[in-house]
Amino acid sequence: MSVMTMVKAINNALDIKLNEDENIVIYGEDVGVEGGVFRVTEGLQKKYGVERVFDSPLAESGIVGTALGMAVSGLRPVVELQFDGFTFPAFNQILTNVARIQNRSRGKYGAPVVIRFPYGGGVNALEHHSESPEALFAHIPGLKVVIPSTPHDAKGMMISALESDDPIIFMEPKRIYRAIKQEAPDEKYSLPLGKAKVIQDGSDVTVVAFGAMIRECQKAIAMAEEAGISVELIDLRSIYPIDRETIRTSVRKTGRMIVVAEAHESFSVGSELIAITNEEAFLYLEAPPRRVMGYDTVVPLAQGEKYYIISPDRIFYEIEKTVKF
Amino acid sequence: MTQEDLPAIFRDFNPLEDKMLQIIDREGNLIRKDLMPELEDETIIEAYRQMLYERTADEMAVSYQRQGRMYTFTPNLGQEAIHIAAGMNIRHEDWLVPSFREMGILLSKGGTMKEMFLFYLGNEWGGSFQQAHHTLPISISIGTQFHHATGVGYSVKYRKKDEAVFTFIGDGGTSEGDFSEALNFAGVWQVPVIFTIQNNQYAISVPVQKQTNSLNLAVKSVAFGIPGIKVDGNDFFAMYLAYKTAAAYARSGRGAVLIEALTYRLGAHTTSDDPSKYREKEEEQLWAMSDPLIRLKRYMQDAGIWSINEKQLREEYREEIDRQFTEAEKEKSYPLDDVFVHMYSDMPDELRRQKKAYEQFLSWKEKRG
Repeated sequence: MSVMTMVKAINNALDIKLNEDENIVIYGEDVGVEGGVFRVTEGLQKKYGVERVFDSPLAESGIVGTALGMAVSGLRPVVELQFDGFTFPAFNQILTNVARIQNRSRGKYGAPVVIRFPYGGGVNALEHHSESPEALFAHIPGLKVVIPSTPHDAKGMMISALESDDPIIFMEPKRIYRAIKQEAPDEKYSLPLGKAKVIQDGSDVTVVAFGAMIRECQKAIAMAEEAGISVELIDLRSIYPIDRETIRTSVRKTGRMIVVAEAHESFSVGSELIAITNEEAFLYLEAPPRRVMGYDTVVPLAQGEKYYIISPDRIFYEIEKTVKF
Repeated sequence: MTQEDLPAIFRDFNPLEDKMLQIIDREGNLIRKDLMPELEDETIIEAYRQMLYERTADEMAVSYQRQGRMYTFTPNLGQEAIHIAAGMNIRHEDWLVPSFREMGILLSKGGTMKEMFLFYLGNEWGGSFQQAHHTLPISISIGTQFHHATGVGYSVKYRKKDEAVFTFIGDGGTSEGDFSEALNFAGVWQVPVIFTIQNNQYAISVPVQKQTNSLNLAVKSVAFGIPGIKVDGNDFFAMYLAYKTAAAYARSGRGAVLIEALTYRLGAHTTSDDPSKYREKEEEQLWAMSDPLIRLKRYMQDAGIWSINEKQLREEYREEIDRQFTEAEKEKSYPLDDVFVHMYSDMPDELRRQKKAYEQFLSWKEKRG
């Protein structure tokens, strides 16, 4: 066991798989010599050489489009897109080809591509560096979209992503890249993609969150407990496929559901979770399911971000409102 | 890339000077004997047969669509020399990353007309050409395939394989960002990819003059540091020489090549398109005089190697192609499973749930009668 940050945990997973599988190659902008702007790939080029870990030209469509070409011809490329807001030039390749080649070729070719990028706000960044586009990707048939919230999960989920025969969008909550340190095994282990995790049992209300919002929810839950409210916290971990079973079981028990996420509220993962709640637990509900999410606005720059980003006391406020409904 | 490393044709037909490689002229006269590829008479006859096969299949496909027996089709008429010249230079282990107007080379790779028809009858099993080795499915999204070819090229280089990658785009596709990005990546990575622009003068209705202010399309290679050449795409021998040279260059590890094949789409963009809306009959007639089949036939006649009974051969082809179409028509069944099972390597629960809901509806419908 070692104490790891999420950056270290993902680096460790990549290291293990690079060592184990020579079909894995890693590239993107600044990932080689520099080890990525967040240092997730630090040291890997030195260890595995420039043919396996390298800097590509600055063109996201090219990074993802070439990865598909590598994948159909036997490699397992892992590409880094530098920021959430810079994934969009690659959107056409992801939607039109990466997500579809398996279906289009009737299984003759697959796309074992891992597309990883840091996402989310709270880091006082420039425009295009604070976004949460998980719903955009989750809406595309053919992709799997996953988001870890801890170093331990990040490592196990990355190992699974690197062994998946389907294309994986691996979103990394940059705000907690180094903020959380946790013990994780040094050896290889994997966690199933597509499974949520009940982090804390409770009986009054189910709170579903993922990524950096888990930590904020845990702070809110401490406040709720002081107020005598018992909260069940679910870390969704996989956006698609979504773990309907875990949501159903929890909401049928608590009768209340709140989604906490950074993305814009409308047409979001929150919307999907409310739909699932209605489909699976309609007759068990004690209060309307709620979305505690970002506005349908551009994420404000640093000075205005305090209005947008979801704080623990705001989560507590919504928990209390829902329980008292 | 230094000038000395370049094969002679890339130096002698410099796109910056707007030169074009041509070996037989529009009348089929041999004008560059020094460049004529050394081909057996039988090979030339075979080339003509393959071009005639593609032409016949193409005409029949349009006709099936007109009869209402097939949904759509993208005609290849007039572009056969490019496809067959490429097809005769692509090997079993080489990769084909197609667009959607390269029927001849898909057949060379082991694709069948039955599959082609099945695709245009609306079935993915057709466009994926299951038996065609190292061949990607037909790609409709303009230009995106250039990146896939570059990525395949990286794999080939990474694994030190003796394979080349052939990929195609139209003149309109050169305006897409992916075109330039892919050539840039291919230049930096020095991958064995032969990029072909089939410049057939039109992107649906938009003429190439509205796509670019460049002197020609081959010249775009210069900016990316890869060799480029403009070739008369209706001259089988010029195309053959270009592919032979490009494939040898790519396989030698020196990197990618861009070929602009100057041609003309004698047919419509698809069977839904009406070219009379955007181009003059006179222009079509002028290009019809440069028909690649007629040019090759005239050359063969002049060289005394014309031995083909064209009428009889066409009849044989028609029968065989019609048999394939009938087979494709018969296979026009599409099980519900095919909608769902190929999306992921293991079907997610959400898809199982959606499929089950539809099956429950079906059984309700059946009971209801």
